[in-house]
Amino acid sequence: MDIRALALSLRLALIVSFALLALGLPLAYWLAFTRKKWKFLVEALVALPLVLPPTVLGFYLLVALGPRSPFGRWWLEMTGHTLAFTFEGLVIGSILYSFPFAVQPFAASFAAIDRKLLAASATLGASRFRTFIRIVLPLSLPGVITGFALAFAHTLGEFGVVLMIGGNIPGTTKTISIAIFDDVQAMDYAAANHAALLLLIISFVTLSIVYGLNRRSHFSTLGAGQ
Amino acid sequence: MNRNVERAPQTLYASIRRASNDVFRLEVELTLSPGITILFGPSGAGKTTLLDCLAGLARPDSGRIVAAGTTLFDDEQRIAFPPQRRNCGYLFQTLALFPHMTARHNIEYGLAHLSKAERRSKSDVILRSFRIAELEDRRPPHISGGERQRVALARALVTDPRFLLLDEPLTALDAATKSRIVDDLREWNRSHGIPILYVTHDRSEAFALGERVVVLEAGRIIAEGTPQEVLDAPRRETVAQLAGFENVFDAAVTALHEHDGTMTCRLLPPQTVRSKAALEKFFVESGIGGEGRLPQSQAPTPQVTLEVPLTPAEVGEKLQVGIRAGDILISLERPTGLSARNLVAAEITTLRREGSTAIVDAVSVEDRDIPVKVHLTPRAVESLQLKIGDAIWLVLKTHSCHIMKA
Repeated sequence: MDIRALALSLRLALIVSFALLALGLPLAYWLAFTRKKWKFLVEALVALPLVLPPTVLGFYLLVALGPRSPFGRWWLEMTGHTLAFTFEGLVIGSILYSFPFAVQPFAASFAAIDRKLLAASATLGASRFRTFIRIVLPLSLPGVITGFALAFAHTLGEFGVVLMIGGNIPGTTKTISIAIFDDVQAMDYAAANHAALLLLIISFVTLSIVYGLNRRSHFSTLGAGQ
Repeated sequence: MNRNVERAPQTLYASIRRASNDVFRLEVELTLSPGITILFGPSGAGKTTLLDCLAGLARPDSGRIVAAGTTLFDDEQRIAFPPQRRNCGYLFQTLALFPHMTARHNIEYGLAHLSKAERRSKSDVILRSFRIAELEDRRPPHISGGERQRVALARALVTDPRFLLLDEPLTALDAATKSRIVDDLREWNRSHGIPILYVTHDRSEAFALGERVVVLEAGRIIAEGTPQEVLDAPRRETVAQLAGFENVFDAAVTALHEHDGTMTCRLLPPQTVRSKAALEKFFVESGIGGEGRLPQSQAPTPQVTLEVPLTPAEVGEKLQVGIRAGDILISLERPTGLSARNLVAAEITTLRREGSTAIVDAVSVEDRDIPVKVHLTPRAVESLQLKIGDAIWLVLKTHSCHIMKA
């Protein structure tokens, strides 16, 4: 089994999930509380990776990251190399690809918070930011953890986008899911099996932790009323 | 006395206009002095919208809000304080206690600008004045009803707000618990003297709690004053219901008897029935309904008249007559030798019991479109052996009929 590929996958998944916390929480807050009429357009945009084939997303990313796009050119000028077929490019692609998996649980848990609590916080003098930190975030913690873990597990298991924009460079862009594909192509079924089983276990454990946490927090609010 | 002169007047002045949609429009002007003012009105009257405008949670289209000398909102001067800067205590119906914080942390939430020691000492004081010191470490889901209201009240008051808004926060409590909480609130306000606006649609609360009552109907203030003033001179149907008139009739003055101090009124069927008649008339006249499809009104026009206290009115003037259900007597036979001036032949349509009150619904035999509600004791129903369909006589004293100008 390819340990380097596994380590790369875990590193990618961790970076992407933290990046999605930083980017996804503000966007989810906006989605949950805005009264803008065009909010649905943003919602549709966020959900796109759920339905698009990874090849479509990967293709456009490849174009956008390449030296012919303004962004790609800017990156080339700043760093001296293009984003395509690099780990950084993979991070950007994975953030976009896992966006709905983080943002949707965040936004759903924000939206579920009793608005009167936010109004009460405001009349007690708390700024929006303080209300977010002291009220919104603690009360939607299960949703935030769920989004984080889903983004992690989803990035760990992604294949198509990585193949399109990452190529297959060992140590840089060759993730565990690509390694499994390679093993199968090379008819090394034992290696494929080990890696596949490990990925299966990691994903299952991650999801179990998420659902276990959600069950506990659900239980504690329900049990409290009695 | 001198203290009041020195201090900025702790009053709340608000003039608010806000159109929620094409149909509903809030348009009020009120001045609240220190103490409890009851805001009474049916649901949909705009009570919560008014509170939200005062707290800064909703924005008036125009108007002015001044609390203790500070202008919180003025559309002409382009002043609109956000809720954070209004320093207003607001108790929601649901209380909105933060479920993940202990009672003490809930109370100290609004004191973030103070040092930890100051927060502690302020919350200690308020925990004691609302008798909830033993709850300080409990979270709201583990605090019983009644005590939760106390925590919410303490949280709103610990910040020394300029004014306090209560949106039916005590509705769920029994009367004894409620009055104990209100007593503690009054006690607190003896030393603070802020205006308190207490919303309710419960008339017993309105009676018991307030120094002053403001009656809101369809976005407008239709009466205000002491509870007694408002209730003694009910002019509108909302006020009539507040005063406990279960029967409110539309009526037309037919004769004035100045020397007797009375006048005669003919009762008109309620609005809905009248509009049904108007609809039938429209159908018949427009020819849509065709002849005979809709029942024609029977001639001659049925008449139920009452002799009521004289008020400055013209013959033919429309007004309303309010009669408490408990002020009406029932007789099985046409009574004679009675001082009461009004006898109405009626028929019982329903009989039911609510607690210790027997409720009899009857319709006038002369005009079956006029329903009358009578409250009796269950024993009276038993001894008269009243049944649905029984013919009875309703006996009404002239001075049980309260005249309201529409």
